Amino acid sequence: MRTLLLRTVFVLALPAVLVAVWWVASEDSTDVYWPPLSTILETFPDVWTADRLTGDVVPSVLRLSGGYALAAVVGVGLGTVIGSYRRVRAVCEPVLEFLRAVPPPVLVPVIMLFAGIGDTMKVTVIASGCVWPILLNTVEGVRAVDPVMAETARSYGLTGAARLRHVVLRSASPQIFAGLRQALSIGIILMVISEMFAASNGLGFTIVQFQRSFAIPDMWTGILVLGLLGFLLSVVFQLVERRVLGWYHGLRAATRRSP
Amino acid sequence: MLDVRGLRKVYEGSGRRVEAVRDLTFTVDAGELVCLVGPSGCGKTTLLKCMGGLLAPTGGEVLLEGRRVTGPPPGMAFVFQEYGRSLFPWMRVGENVELPLKQKKLSKARRRELVRDALHSVGLADAVGAYPWQLSGGMQQRVAIARALAYEPRVLLMDEPFAAVDAQTRADLEDLVRRLWRERGITILFVTHDIDEAVYLGERVLVLSASPTVVQEQLKVDLPDARDQLNTRVSARFAELRTHVYEQIQAAKRGGPVTKSEAVPKSDGRPSH
Amino acid sequence: MKGLNTLLGTAGLAAFLALGEAVPRLGLVKEEYFPPTGEIADALATELADSAFWSALGDTLTGWALGLALASCAGIVAGVVISVVPYLREATASTIEFLRPIPSVALIPLAVLLYGTELRSVLLLVVYASFWQVLIQVLYGVQDVDPVADETARSYGLGTWARVRHVLWPTALPYVMTGVRLAAAVALILAITAELVIGAPGLGSRIAVAQTSQAVPEMYALIVVTGLLGLLINVGARTVERRALGWHQSVRGEVAV
Repeated sequence: MRTLLLRTVFVLALPAVLVAVWWVASEDSTDVYWPPLSTILETFPDVWTADRLTGDVVPSVLRLSGGYALAAVVGVGLGTVIGSYRRVRAVCEPVLEFLRAVPPPVLVPVIMLFAGIGDTMKVTVIASGCVWPILLNTVEGVRAVDPVMAETARSYGLTGAARLRHVVLRSASPQIFAGLRQALSIGIILMVISEMFAASNGLGFTIVQFQRSFAIPDMWTGILVLGLLGFLLSVVFQLVERRVLGWYHGLRAATRRSP
Repeated sequence: MLDVRGLRKVYEGSGRRVEAVRDLTFTVDAGELVCLVGPSGCGKTTLLKCMGGLLAPTGGEVLLEGRRVTGPPPGMAFVFQEYGRSLFPWMRVGENVELPLKQKKLSKARRRELVRDALHSVGLADAVGAYPWQLSGGMQQRVAIARALAYEPRVLLMDEPFAAVDAQTRADLEDLVRRLWRERGITILFVTHDIDEAVYLGERVLVLSASPTVVQEQLKVDLPDARDQLNTRVSARFAELRTHVYEQIQAAKRGGPVTKSEAVPKSDGRPSH
Repeated sequence: MKGLNTLLGTAGLAAFLALGEAVPRLGLVKEEYFPPTGEIADALATELADSAFWSALGDTLTGWALGLALASCAGIVAGVVISVVPYLREATASTIEFLRPIPSVALIPLAVLLYGTELRSVLLLVVYASFWQVLIQVLYGVQDVDPVADETARSYGLGTWARVRHVLWPTALPYVMTGVRLAAAVALILAITAELVIGAPGLGSRIAVAQTSQAVPEMYALIVVTGLLGLLINVGARTVERRALGWHQSVRGEVAV
């Protein structure tokens, strides 16, 4: 009971202090760019109405999930193929290293050439930026399947799809998830900037609109919403990861206890 | 049951040729428990992997019930030394045991029955829902054995399965193997570098030479069928046999010829098969 | 084996470039959208001869390097302080978990208002994004300190500073290197993003200009340059990491955070 209380204090204390400091420090602020926190919070419900949520937040999230899912399927699929064959890997490696190194935001102008400025463009941008970390991590994970496990599978006649499903992908899953996590933050970045470039709705578009029309408190609420979205997505990701990789964290804890 | 004829394995890679196994010929009868011993690095694992169809031999052949082994045959199960890496850490114990059965396309009820029976046999009926890494090393190796049992093999190949567990656990596991062998009548080929273990477990011991490997000697173990850690290991016959095997291995390490040796244990055993 | 891999890799690269030439030439995609490799190479050569290109490259690298340096120092100092001061780690955990996933691009409008197209705009984004990479790795590294080693140091009466120097720092160093390497990649992405979106001078804004003036081959050439830059940074950071940790028994893998 006491420890629970203590933990709650630890979780809440610093955020509370920070918010309080922000509140007090900005209270009498007359600087246009740093409106008082109280003003920002008052503006919040006026700006983020239900209409706004369905009109701007939902399209953004849909684009992100579409692009992200596409990248995950393509990345894991291609990564498994490339990781399974040594020769294929050797051929593809330099090209992949280069493509991964291209900063994803520069893809926006290129993809705009092909796909215009609609949703296709945004989904493609997100997918083509997210795919590299997933792909390369999958290659690494698939390549590194433990030889003893591979032989065990073989000796028990596990081949083809069953081997892929029960052994290869499971064994590569910690690495695949590391890639998915990197891809998630890239995906959010691309979602925002593709909407900043060219869009008629979406979070990135709205925030830039606020900034251009000097609706400063509104812009601040937009920043808060983006921050919250990033935080929420990360929480969801962690929940999924903890479920899928529960065995991995347990295994690591077990090996740490008895090296 | 299991015939190895003129088996030869040469590894070739990065400009180096290593002849791991030169010329091995021996037979394992149905229902026999044969131990293979040899100096470390003598190609025991190579031999076993060739027999299990995991490695293609360079020359010679392995026959299981008269049929040539080209890939892992369905009637054969393998137990590896590295239990920690041979069990899948993302599956619970029950799933680990069940996975190969799914591959055999058995019905769900039959699978469940086999899993329960195999885990019960190795004394781990309660561990179905645990993850392998939550168990001790000895228990993990029991799971690996249960997985092999559930597969209902006619031949069980065991590659130094107890090399990485502590002495107490090891004794328990040795008795487990003896018991399973007697209960189920499986043919077992057991590779070890431990002379005592080979003599204690085996009905017959094959002593291998240093690499490139040939069969140095075959020895019938004429100890009583019912063995136990306490009495068997202190019996005079056990001591004789282990001394003999020890000398053979020393000779093998020196690479010397097979000196038909100092203390040949000729009572009623056949030196060769 | 290694020679063969290099050969295969070169072949792959050659095939990639040839494909880039063939696909537009055969009319599979429109040439004005996807110029053939040769045209991109020509545009690249023109760029390389242009002094404006070099000053843009310099601007990008300045933003990247300054931002990375600031973020690394701040991340290391914050990480060590948080780990050493009792209870600070527990107290900051929730705040870090909340702030870290906030996308740095959310700060773009603020940066525009506060600093316009100045270097400080770029720095704001770069530092915010890379700081967390370093901090998280430092925290993981410190967590990895062998309690026995730490207790030994304590029992010999080593003070806080001495323990940080001789026990904590050497253990955490491999993680710090990993953090800086990851941060270096993130910093480049954010530097280019800031230039592209805000218009701060650099390769990113040059790409934006090429796009708006429909100079497609130039745009591709500049993208290739950013890719090469990224590649150089990755390879360089990995080499530094390996050199610096040559003594370490195991160059640790990345922590999945």
